[in-house]
Amino acid sequence: MVDEILQSKNDLKMQIRNLNFYYGTHQVLKNINLNIKSNAITAIIGPSGCGKTTFIRTLNRMNDIILGIKIEGDILFDHKNIYDDDIDVVDIRRKIGMVFQRPNPFPKSIFENIAYGLKINNLTVNKGELRERVEIALRGAALWEEVKDRLNTSALDLSGGQQQRLCIARALAVQPKVILFDEPCSALDPIATAKIEELIQELKEKYTIVIVTHNMQQAARASDFTAFLMLGELVEFDITEKIFTNPSQKITEDYITGRFG
Amino acid sequence: MNKRRFKEKLAYSFLITMISIIVLSICLMFYFIISRGIRVINWEFLTQMPRKAMTAGGIFPAILGTFYLTMGAICFALPLGVSAAIYLNEYAVQNRLVRIIRISINNLAGVPSVVFGLFGLAIFVKFLNFGVSILSGSLTLGILILPTIIRASEEALSAVPNSFREASLALGATKWQTIQKIVLPNSFSGILTGAILSIGRAAGETAPILFTAVTFYSMRLPKSIFSEVMTLPYHIYALMTEGTHPESQVPIAYGTALVLVFLVLGLNLIAVILRNQFRRSKKW
Repeated sequence: MVDEILQSKNDLKMQIRNLNFYYGTHQVLKNINLNIKSNAITAIIGPSGCGKTTFIRTLNRMNDIILGIKIEGDILFDHKNIYDDDIDVVDIRRKIGMVFQRPNPFPKSIFENIAYGLKINNLTVNKGELRERVEIALRGAALWEEVKDRLNTSALDLSGGQQQRLCIARALAVQPKVILFDEPCSALDPIATAKIEELIQELKEKYTIVIVTHNMQQAARASDFTAFLMLGELVEFDITEKIFTNPSQKITEDYITGRFG
Repeated sequence: MNKRRFKEKLAYSFLITMISIIVLSICLMFYFIISRGIRVINWEFLTQMPRKAMTAGGIFPAILGTFYLTMGAICFALPLGVSAAIYLNEYAVQNRLVRIIRISINNLAGVPSVVFGLFGLAIFVKFLNFGVSILSGSLTLGILILPTIIRASEEALSAVPNSFREASLALGATKWQTIQKIVLPNSFSGILTGAILSIGRAAGETAPILFTAVTFYSMRLPKSIFSEVMTLPYHIYALMTEGTHPESQVPIAYGTALVLVFLVLGLNLIAVILRNQFRRSKKW
């Protein structure tokens, strides 16, 4: 079923081919094959230690900064392997943005947090344009109305949920094509979580979304496709509805019904 | 009274005694320096040249010399030390070589300061032919404080949470942009604290400048970085060991010590204030 939907190559933003990942001699990801559809939300679920975070961090080469790792296989982004030698990793990370587990705004003002990415990438020419782009990013993350009167106050004075939306706005500002969310709500309360989920739904209109989550309900209500990882292997990948109503693997069913995990 | 309680009291009294001894020694030291030195301190003492073979007049050239040497040392050691720390903490792959470099730096901190003096004499004074001069002395002191600066800077850099680096890299920043715009601004106060503490150390050292920078007595203020200078610590040494009028030299020596102690204390105070401000502004 999922194969039919993901047949048309033009719809695929990223293709993961035979991905193996090692920390030293320990193999964390085992031969992962997965397609990520444009303008859709792909959720990665699985028990702790299954390699979810490692997997999502291979998609924008954030694992490169860790020592002693080895990666095999291809990850195609717009049909080009991001691990090719002629790829500029800095450029890849701008195009494939990331939001982390814990909100991590810079200890700067709200405005400067958003402006940072624009400045370092030389994306704006003048101050007027910079202000405009900051506003667009904050509106994009549904934060503008809450912070428009205090753009110059410290980002660290915001609540946890606001900080996480600021981090989303910060990622939006540099105009990525894909946004990776690594358990974005794990440090947030239910109300803040609901807001982020709603926001992610809106974002898929313009962006391709991959979200790692520990929360089964979140994957079920907020994603289009779901991949179930266990012990570094991709057990099942399908349309979210199918995974949660009629999984083809017994072990998937056991996990989503809470028998383990 | 049971045995346990008795031991508790014993331990407590022991620790109180120990801390009292420390506090008492510090108080005594200050008492002696202040009570013996305060008499000679006045505006003239701080701003005039020595007169009558150092038995009268002021210590201005020594204050100036200490100032020049420490500033020179910090100008040399700060860029070098901070660069080394950035390399070690941000760029270097943590392999055997880097571990050896780190151990060597730590060992450098344990080398007796007179050895630095001999090294400075051999390299800067003789080999590079800078002569006994502000330049040679500054470079020697610079090497002396290098380990302190590297260690303090490394600590300051590693105190910056990794999540900041990741956030920056994930936005398409290069490693250098991340260091420049995120890591360094957030470790600035820590680096500064290390720098100021080493200024205090450099100001008080005698042995490294003994053969490389100081002169016993100078009629004129230094003209260039190739001039030799008088300094506070060496001035004290000279007053106590040379000359024929101890009755007038000894009070001047205590006065000089008082100036030196307050100079170093002042610098340490600035370091503490900076660090506290840093801690207050640091909320992560």
